[in-house]
Amino acid sequence: MTYREALNLALREEMRRDPRVFLIGEEIGLYDGAYKVTQGLLKEFGDRRVVDTPICESGFTGVAVGAAMLGLRPVVEMMTFNFAILALDQIVNSAAKLYYMSGGQYNVPMVIRGPGGPAHQLAAQHSQSMEVYFYHVPGLKVVRPSTPRDAKGLLKSAIRDDNPVIFIESETLYGIKGEVPDDPEFTIPLGQAEIRREGTDVTVFAYMGMMYRALEVAEELAKEGISCEVVDPRTLRPMDIGTMIGSVRKTHRVVVVEAGAGFAGMGSEIAAFVTESAFDDLDAPVERVTGANAPMPYAKNLEQAKTPSKEKIMAAIRRVCNA
Amino acid sequence: MAQARTIAPAAKVDAELARRLLSQMLLIRRFEERAAEMYALGKIGGFLHLYIGEEAVGVGATSTLRPDDYAISAYREHGHCLAKGADPRRMMAELFGRRDGLSKGKGGSMHLFDKSKNFLGGHAIVGAHLPLAAGAAFAIKYQGGDQVVLCYFGDGAVPQGEFHEAMNLAALWKLPVVYVCENNRYAMGTAIHRALAQTEIWRYAEMYGMAGDAVDGMDVLAVREVVGRAVERCRREQAPTLIEARTYRFRGHSMRDPSAAVYRTKEEVEREKERDPIRLFRARCLKDGTLTEAEVRTIEKEMNDLVDEAVTFADASPEPPLEWLTEDVYKE
Repeated sequence: MTYREALNLALREEMRRDPRVFLIGEEIGLYDGAYKVTQGLLKEFGDRRVVDTPICESGFTGVAVGAAMLGLRPVVEMMTFNFAILALDQIVNSAAKLYYMSGGQYNVPMVIRGPGGPAHQLAAQHSQSMEVYFYHVPGLKVVRPSTPRDAKGLLKSAIRDDNPVIFIESETLYGIKGEVPDDPEFTIPLGQAEIRREGTDVTVFAYMGMMYRALEVAEELAKEGISCEVVDPRTLRPMDIGTMIGSVRKTHRVVVVEAGAGFAGMGSEIAAFVTESAFDDLDAPVERVTGANAPMPYAKNLEQAKTPSKEKIMAAIRRVCNA
Repeated sequence: MAQARTIAPAAKVDAELARRLLSQMLLIRRFEERAAEMYALGKIGGFLHLYIGEEAVGVGATSTLRPDDYAISAYREHGHCLAKGADPRRMMAELFGRRDGLSKGKGGSMHLFDKSKNFLGGHAIVGAHLPLAAGAAFAIKYQGGDQVVLCYFGDGAVPQGEFHEAMNLAALWKLPVVYVCENNRYAMGTAIHRALAQTEIWRYAEMYGMAGDAVDGMDVLAVREVVGRAVERCRREQAPTLIEARTYRFRGHSMRDPSAAVYRTKEEVEREKERDPIRLFRARCLKDGTLTEAEVRTIEKEMNDLVDEAVTFADASPEPPLEWLTEDVYKE
């Protein structure tokens, strides 16, 4: 099953399971979704539960927050996550804070999902790693599912969660295939990292496209006798620090790979808590391999240079292993 | 321009209703006056936005609701919260930042919520709660209910994009929400003619294909009539309405703007105080014999006592325990 089909199945199963779940966003119904994630759902559930909106991200995200306050469980689609910046106030000041500001009276059970991160020549405004805008905010949970199995299992957990969950997919992963359990009760809890490849010499933290690139690198370095453990956090907030630190204690070396610009990125946070929790276990400083600190360029060669290449990842791994 | 609605003076008001409206307006007025005193004493911190002068809007509008209807507001929401039936003691405790506050002391003056009264809160990013109101109305319609949502906001929210997004969605999807704009003519220190190209706010309704009306916001009965009509239509046809209630705040924008002298004249404020909604309504009730002087005095005393009790309660309530700092961030 493809990643796209896994998301579609998760939505379909959760809508069948819980009449409070509804979808809202641009082009998700009649058009079947800009990336076809919601294909066929209008036909099955009707326009009461698959709600096409005009272009007004702040407005319809606010509608979802208000509906969630009354007990519905909206799943908002951002056609691309870049558009969520228009709804940032509703996400940060309304969705994330209402439970706290109301002293626990009103929680906001909603999911905001859509694709984000580098894609194929979409240029600066449609191609950036959006998770950084959200994982800083107490009250939000942030998920980046790398595989079709995770896409289904994590989306179902996100929909069942009683808090606002930011769920960022990727244009580049919609077509990938993988094993996906068809059990409608299959879920993956939020906040659990996954060890994608076991290894002993170095831990590489990576998610989404970078996770696949890290796996390729690990395969090649195995030939040189370097054993990489590739760990995918899957949920960025809350982060599974236990599993991640467990891996560091085993390998004593860490490389973080992220597609986004490095300054104050995910790698900074991981490097900080690894240093805080496992400094004595480290045999080398934590290395970060990040996207260039520039907006995403359009030109193909520049775009390729913007995100971490296999060579750069490999070089970082060799550096920490030779330290 | 739509005529601001007034009730013919001859129509005698039901005594029970008059007592209720006057009580609530006096309760709000007294609550706000005492809150100002408590702010001066340092018992209340942060921003404190008083509703003094605007009581007829919240009281008249809320009087048309059923208890299971919803209300939502911005940061000048004490009056709306009291009118919706919240306990003044727990409200004052919230203003004091104490553990018995409605939001356990974590919300403060701008973030009063009372789920038991279907009061969806005070929201302090201007315009942001207008889509939330549409969302609450969406949920009502989704669930097949017949409640309505009353959404209060100021003239300062009208230039915001979210006002227009919410108007469009509410009208497009025929949502059961009544938007009540409390036009007090100043967004903080910016006079309405410096902020809006179209200053007759009710006219925006026409653009969005919804019903619109303007009303004298200093006349509690006029507000009640106009909002009541909108609420009934809303319940019957699930059609939204935009109402502009013309009112005035007698105090500054917040306690940090005590004189309000920079952007409006003393003469203007004094002139507007002649329209004091409580004084007008009291005079009217006495004139037509709905209430007696003695009854009015009794009501005044009762409301003063309620607010005194609220202050005593708030002052006695302990500070929230430190472990509450990180509770209620996520629902388990």
